[in-house]
Amino acid sequence: MGGLLQRLNPQTQRIAALLVVLLLVGLFFSTQIENYVNGRLFNRITSSVAIMALIATGQTVVILTRNIDLSVGAIVGFVAFAAGSLIATHPDLNPVLLVLACALVGAFFGAINGVLVAYARIPSIIVTLATMAIFRSALVEYSGAQSITTAQLPAWLVAFPNYSVFSLGEFDFRAGFLTALLIVIAAHLLLARFRPARRFYAVGSNPEAAEMAGIDTRKVVFSAFLISGALAGLAGLMFLARFGNITVVAGLGFELRSVAAAVLGGVNIFGGSGTVLGAFIGAVLVDLIEFSLVRWPLVSEFWREAVLGTLILLAVSADAILMRRLTRLRAEWQKRRQKARAAKEAA
Amino acid sequence: MMDALRRLGLSGWEFFLLGVLVLVVVVNASLSPDFLRLANQINLFQLSIEKVIVALAMTFIIVNGEIDLSVGSMMGLAACAFGWMLQSGVPAPAAFALVLAIGLLGGAINALFIAGLGLPSLVVTLATLIGFRGAARVLVEDRGIGNFPSWFTGLAQGGFIGPFPFSMLAFAVLLAFAWIVLGRTGFGRKTYVIGTNREVAEFAGIDTARHKAVLFVASGLLAAFAGLIYAARVGAVRGDVGLGFELDIITIVLLGGVGIAGGTGTMLGTLLSILIVLNLRNGMALLNVTGHIQTGVIGLLLLLSVLAPRIRLGWLWGRPRFEEAR
Repeated sequence: MGGLLQRLNPQTQRIAALLVVLLLVGLFFSTQIENYVNGRLFNRITSSVAIMALIATGQTVVILTRNIDLSVGAIVGFVAFAAGSLIATHPDLNPVLLVLACALVGAFFGAINGVLVAYARIPSIIVTLATMAIFRSALVEYSGAQSITTAQLPAWLVAFPNYSVFSLGEFDFRAGFLTALLIVIAAHLLLARFRPARRFYAVGSNPEAAEMAGIDTRKVVFSAFLISGALAGLAGLMFLARFGNITVVAGLGFELRSVAAAVLGGVNIFGGSGTVLGAFIGAVLVDLIEFSLVRWPLVSEFWREAVLGTLILLAVSADAILMRRLTRLRAEWQKRRQKARAAKEAA
Repeated sequence: MMDALRRLGLSGWEFFLLGVLVLVVVVNASLSPDFLRLANQINLFQLSIEKVIVALAMTFIIVNGEIDLSVGSMMGLAACAFGWMLQSGVPAPAAFALVLAIGLLGGAINALFIAGLGLPSLVVTLATLIGFRGAARVLVEDRGIGNFPSWFTGLAQGGFIGPFPFSMLAFAVLLAFAWIVLGRTGFGRKTYVIGTNREVAEFAGIDTARHKAVLFVASGLLAAFAGLIYAARVGAVRGDVGLGFELDIITIVLLGGVGIAGGTGTMLGTLLSILIVLNLRNGMALLNVTGHIQTGVIGLLLLLSVLAPRIRLGWLWGRPRFEEAR
């Protein structure tokens, strides 16, 4: 077991651990609730994850650079509303253009965050706290306190997320979920294999060292917020397609849930380590627990948040304790290796 | 002039805040003749009295280099726990004391993970934000609980001493206490030192873990007290009491000149910021500006206040210098 642990890097270990937890939670609830593992649960989780996964991916990239984006909820709300009113007035709009527009509007908001954090050097928690409020009030102004209703939206948009691409038995793999999954996988591969993407990790790990190594930290942080905004914009479109009815409180609370998903998924809040895949599994875990608790007769559904909070605490504590133990173990292994090498040289 | 200001104990930031406050008051007074009447001033204070009470503790926490996102949820939990206890037949004074104990306990939970395990406060209080809110919802579900005894609601309504309600007087006492502790006691000095550089504080012999534990327990207690005041003022509680309050509170403290990195800021700054935000909100409400847009304006003010000192020629294209955040 020790050998296996030595060979797998910590990130892979973390993802494996998460999958195990996911399985255990699923197993536990399947013993408590009848007809638990069925298509309906799968659909509920995948529809919810389709939206949250995009936001959590963007949030992960930002957290990697040692920042945080609290404005994503407001961006989702704004883009959902703007896209809704756009398509309601132009029902013949090309879907590709709509997707592009949403990503661009989201990226615009992200750029505002990016300039303030990267170039004006204001701490991201202050910037995104302020822009969260500003973007939300922009939404209120723009919407004129009206809301978008499903009736105003074209049929293809409302049908898209639920369109079943293929099914495995009773498990429907729907278009919305698959799109989000594809984006997550693409993001994960980019971050893991694409050399320029290493800069995100470098900047979050040690900004000064990154700067001295020739990385333009400001550009990297700026692009992190740009990505987060663009993904939030896409999530807004997904939100519109799924819910149809958009009011001024759309997206409220999403920012904290995306941070929670990322943290559960092993993304270090201090930056420099974590994966998008982990955040995705974190989002799935959160939704799994939420939807399972709703159906668990033993405990009222109002326990969702209490359980979620406890879970995050446990996950972060376990993470910290494990990390400390791992670093100590690694230091010991290194010392042992050095001693062995020194002994060989002396001989 | 800067020397004269320093002799008065005002830093540049507080002077700036004073100017903004005067501006806001003058504009409000010119827009509405009733603005300066005592009844209106008391009213505008009362509307946010819970938030400003918690801002006192938040000042300590942020100066210490930490953050507490769970205060809004603790307020909600306290209010809902009070309502639930009353409904279950617990006599009101006992419920009051028990709720304060719940605040202590909640703060202790935060302290355990932050001071005890050394976890980052952002993540821990994010988790307890969700957790406490969940606990509040478990108690109250989706109902509302009201019908509080009149002595209780009288705490936040009507006059206690003259026209001032008990809640305002409690705030004044807490403010004085917090001001003295932060500015004039060893505990306050330690708060600054730990916030500036925790390692240095450790080497200087300060038990930083215990200090942080005290701060988070106090924050929980104060948030619970604020929750009770909210319940008294509104007369009823629901599961979403205090939702989103933490952001307002943090904005107030940051606007008051407390740097997010810790180690800077004063209670005077927080007080001025409180007055500015409350008067600004009141003025906007008088102009029929909706709540969301009010929050947006406050957010804009926060950004501008942080941006203004940094604007100098070449900041856009100069390479970053790694100095402490303001």
